[in-house]
Amino acid sequence: MPVEQTIPKYKIATRSSKRTSRSILNNLDWVTVLIYFLLVGLGWMNIYAVVYSPDNVVNIFSFDINSGKQLLWIGTSVILITMLLAVDYKIYEHLAYPIYGFIILLLLVTLAIANPIAGSRSWLDLGGGARLQPAELAKFATALAASKFLSNVNLRQQNMKDQMILAFITLLPPAIIILQNETGSALVFGAFILAYFREGMSPLILIIGASAAAIFILTLLVPKLYLIIAIIVLMGIAIWMDYRLMRRVKSMIALLLLIIGMIFSVDYFINDVLQPHQQNRIKALISPEADPLGYGWNVTQSKIAIGSGGFWGKGFLDGTQTKFDFVPEQSTDFIFCTIGEEHGWIGSTVLIALFLLLMTRIVNIAERQKSVFARTYGYCVASIIFFHFLVNIGMTIGLAPVVGIPLPFFSYGGSSLWSFTILLYILLAMDANRAQDLSR
Amino acid sequence: MNYLENRKYVIQAIFIVVGVVFALRLFYIQVVDSSYKQAAETNAIKTVIQYPFRGLIYDRDGRLLVENTPVYDLMVVPKETKQLDTLRLTKLLGLPLEDVRERLKKARAYSYVKPSIFYQKLTTEDFAHIQDNLIDFPGFYINARTARGYSHTSLSHALGYIAEISPKQLEDTSNYQGYRPGDYIGKSGIELEYEKYLMGQRGVKHIMVNVRGIEKGSFKDGAYDTLSVAGENLYSTIDLELQAYGELLMNGAKGSIVAIEPATGEVLAYVSAPFYDPNLFTGKDYGKNYMNLLKDVDKTMFNRPIMADQNPPGSIFKLVQALIALEDGVINPNTTYACNKSLVNCHQHPSPLNLFGAVQHSCNPWFFQAYRALINKGKSPNTFMDTALGLKSWRDQVLTFGFGQKLGIDLPGEKKGIIASPELYNRVYGENRWKYSTIYSLSIGQGELGVTPLQMANFMAIVANRGYYVTPHIIRSVGDNGKPLKEYQEKHYTSVSAEHYEPIIEGMASVVSSGTGRKASLAKVGIEVCGKTGTAQNPQGPDHAVFVAFAPKVNPKIAIAVYVEHGKWGGQSAAPIAGLMIEKYLTDTVTIKEQEKWVLSRKYLDIKSK
Repeated sequence: MPVEQTIPKYKIATRSSKRTSRSILNNLDWVTVLIYFLLVGLGWMNIYAVVYSPDNVVNIFSFDINSGKQLLWIGTSVILITMLLAVDYKIYEHLAYPIYGFIILLLLVTLAIANPIAGSRSWLDLGGGARLQPAELAKFATALAASKFLSNVNLRQQNMKDQMILAFITLLPPAIIILQNETGSALVFGAFILAYFREGMSPLILIIGASAAAIFILTLLVPKLYLIIAIIVLMGIAIWMDYRLMRRVKSMIALLLLIIGMIFSVDYFINDVLQPHQQNRIKALISPEADPLGYGWNVTQSKIAIGSGGFWGKGFLDGTQTKFDFVPEQSTDFIFCTIGEEHGWIGSTVLIALFLLLMTRIVNIAERQKSVFARTYGYCVASIIFFHFLVNIGMTIGLAPVVGIPLPFFSYGGSSLWSFTILLYILLAMDANRAQDLSR
Repeated sequence: MNYLENRKYVIQAIFIVVGVVFALRLFYIQVVDSSYKQAAETNAIKTVIQYPFRGLIYDRDGRLLVENTPVYDLMVVPKETKQLDTLRLTKLLGLPLEDVRERLKKARAYSYVKPSIFYQKLTTEDFAHIQDNLIDFPGFYINARTARGYSHTSLSHALGYIAEISPKQLEDTSNYQGYRPGDYIGKSGIELEYEKYLMGQRGVKHIMVNVRGIEKGSFKDGAYDTLSVAGENLYSTIDLELQAYGELLMNGAKGSIVAIEPATGEVLAYVSAPFYDPNLFTGKDYGKNYMNLLKDVDKTMFNRPIMADQNPPGSIFKLVQALIALEDGVINPNTTYACNKSLVNCHQHPSPLNLFGAVQHSCNPWFFQAYRALINKGKSPNTFMDTALGLKSWRDQVLTFGFGQKLGIDLPGEKKGIIASPELYNRVYGENRWKYSTIYSLSIGQGELGVTPLQMANFMAIVANRGYYVTPHIIRSVGDNGKPLKEYQEKHYTSVSAEHYEPIIEGMASVVSSGTGRKASLAKVGIEVCGKTGTAQNPQGPDHAVFVAFAPKVNPKIAIAVYVEHGKWGGQSAAPIAGLMIEKYLTDTVTIKEQEKWVLSRKYLDIKSK
């Protein structure tokens, strides 16, 4: 790479700009673009299905209803896409830190001046009824900054200081977002672990994280004593299978004590650290039937809506549960219920397949990038989409706690659609120009 | 750093695993577990039952016996009650505070989101008053439906009543398919017997509602909706005027009157005394009234005409004995027996008598001897076995008169009665351990005999028809253009041929013209009544009085049985009632006013027993 850098940088880019734009369109990953428009279009139809009322039919394009407004967001997203593809792709790498800095500033300003909406101070009023949620934009900004940091040739992964800086870049935005009382959006930043894992982070962190999550959930479901006995038995089996572990008996005991400590601190964490509404979301995940009209309402109604869809679904606009407001936040966070109810298992599975296709495709795109920056950024995109996919669909079918984050490209809302569009098309822009990277 | 490229597969594998887990979970909740579909329906689809009008019941002249009147239930949806002013509600309904709280608790326990009845059967005045105030009570509304109404106070036992279906009936889905909690169902009488015609067909409307219960149009454009179909009207054989007159005559007494049109088996009057006002069972105090009547010492709820089968018929049964004896040829109209009081007690009258005189004077020794001839025909040299054979043959013939079995009237709860059988005596005395001297009281209608008033009236219809009966029934046809029910067209012939009835009828005519039944005589208005008195001993007190009759003698139009519990003398209490009923029915007026006065005074209850 250092050799390649001696080639004049801007030679190709300064050729006829017409040719460049044609080559961008030629090299654009049209499969991803197609999936993107499929998701956006299906989302739009489902948003219409949510607001559709048989006794008062409103045109799908009407700006009085969400589907009309979403169409506006989709239109502006197309303009946004054109702009993202038109500008020099290198600008993202060059401006990664300034963009990050600007967004951090925006988050802080929002925190300072925003009027609370439902307890959350994350919305910036733009005047004229338009609002912006900077937390949404923080995702791609952080992805850019982290990728930029990881692409530094002088970076040494094992360097404690570098690790600390990376952690700081990743955790600063969610820290501010938590202060804005948007814990759900903050959790998304945990997804970066997947990207870092690809870039060389020890798998141990991934395993420890997954184990900790597993123990946390098991503690809620299984009596503590049984859990501890089970872990001791597991450790015993491990030692029996590989007696060399006996030499590490001290660390084994330390690990055991750590796990037991964690098991007993779960109660403290839930009762004293989490806010009441967060406690309820945990309770709703474990036993929504305990209070179906209270904290269990969302999960119960969401499952009823999806479950009533059956194999083939009730048909477009024929759902009753989502349409008649039984499911809350149905066009944003619980949009998946509409799919489940009206299009059944077939529709839900097709949507899941579309997302899997998109995410694996993005991973493949990331892998074919020639620069560390572009590759890392690609993994960040895949990870963020995956986290939303995991939590959003998971919560509607009772596999994840209710966290108010949207389904990418699908849910109603301008900030969310823009943020994911920017996130994805920066990657596609870099991907379309990757041949130039090679030749430089 | 090449090995890191393989981590791509780890990450993609994580994606795919999550996707597959989601698809499997979705398959479970969408396809495998059907409970969510039901939950969705209860959520968003409100089924509104459209109650059909229950069929009406008319009497034989087209007068309404049973009609429908609107009633109003106060309903509550607990979820929608907001800032409920319980105190004002107590004032509005006139209920104590605890009661209101209790009712709210009950409603909540039933369902938080579904409507339940808060207060049943408001009167029309209460309804208007409460309706005006309901605006301040969100979650409460009035549900109008119809209840039974009666513009008269008669015929309660036969009409029966309707009430909410019981939990037990609801569980019995094979017999009560399609009923829902809170539905009204016939519980007794005609209402029970003809439930399937009267109930009609409920309609169901499926309405989509949103989460706040606001209606959002019909579900699938009403594809699953059904219209309600009104129940069929019933046309009864009862003459309401005659019925009411019968109840007037029996008011204050205990007993029964059953009047039948002989040729058709149509029941003209069906009195069970004491009786109650059928309106007692329609209002909001239904439960209280019902319990009061159940506890009542006079057994008001006891449906005497078809259920009082423990009482011996007394002397009226002598007619049956004579008919069978004639048929068997053991006597003829000229057979004479002396009034031998050493055989069985009797009263003063000329002796010896032929059949005509025996019926007229109800001579006990005459029937003792005639019955002995009937039972001991000498078919076996062994007197014990001969008696058993004779009794068996006699019993078979008695059954052809409809005794000892359910006649099959279209009312629930009919009893069979008892007719002595060889098996019965074998059980009591042992085989070949009993003979005529053991069973002779049967000859005069005492002993092991139990006959319902309906069976007595039916017997009179048989005599009037000279040998057959049509099953007594209280409903002639179902539906506005309905044909007469075909199960009530068949003639049931007795074992006794027609010619043997004439001498009996002559005797019965003389009973009324110059014998014990003179108080039933309508000679004054030119109607020849044929009758027979009876007295039935009973352990509870004074004798029960019986009178059976039909009239006119030629081409009879009415057959009647009157049973007055503890009426002492058939001729004194039951006979005048029968006479009055016959005149009322045949001429629509009552001329034998002295008889009416006598009956209404209840003076017959004061006559000294024999």
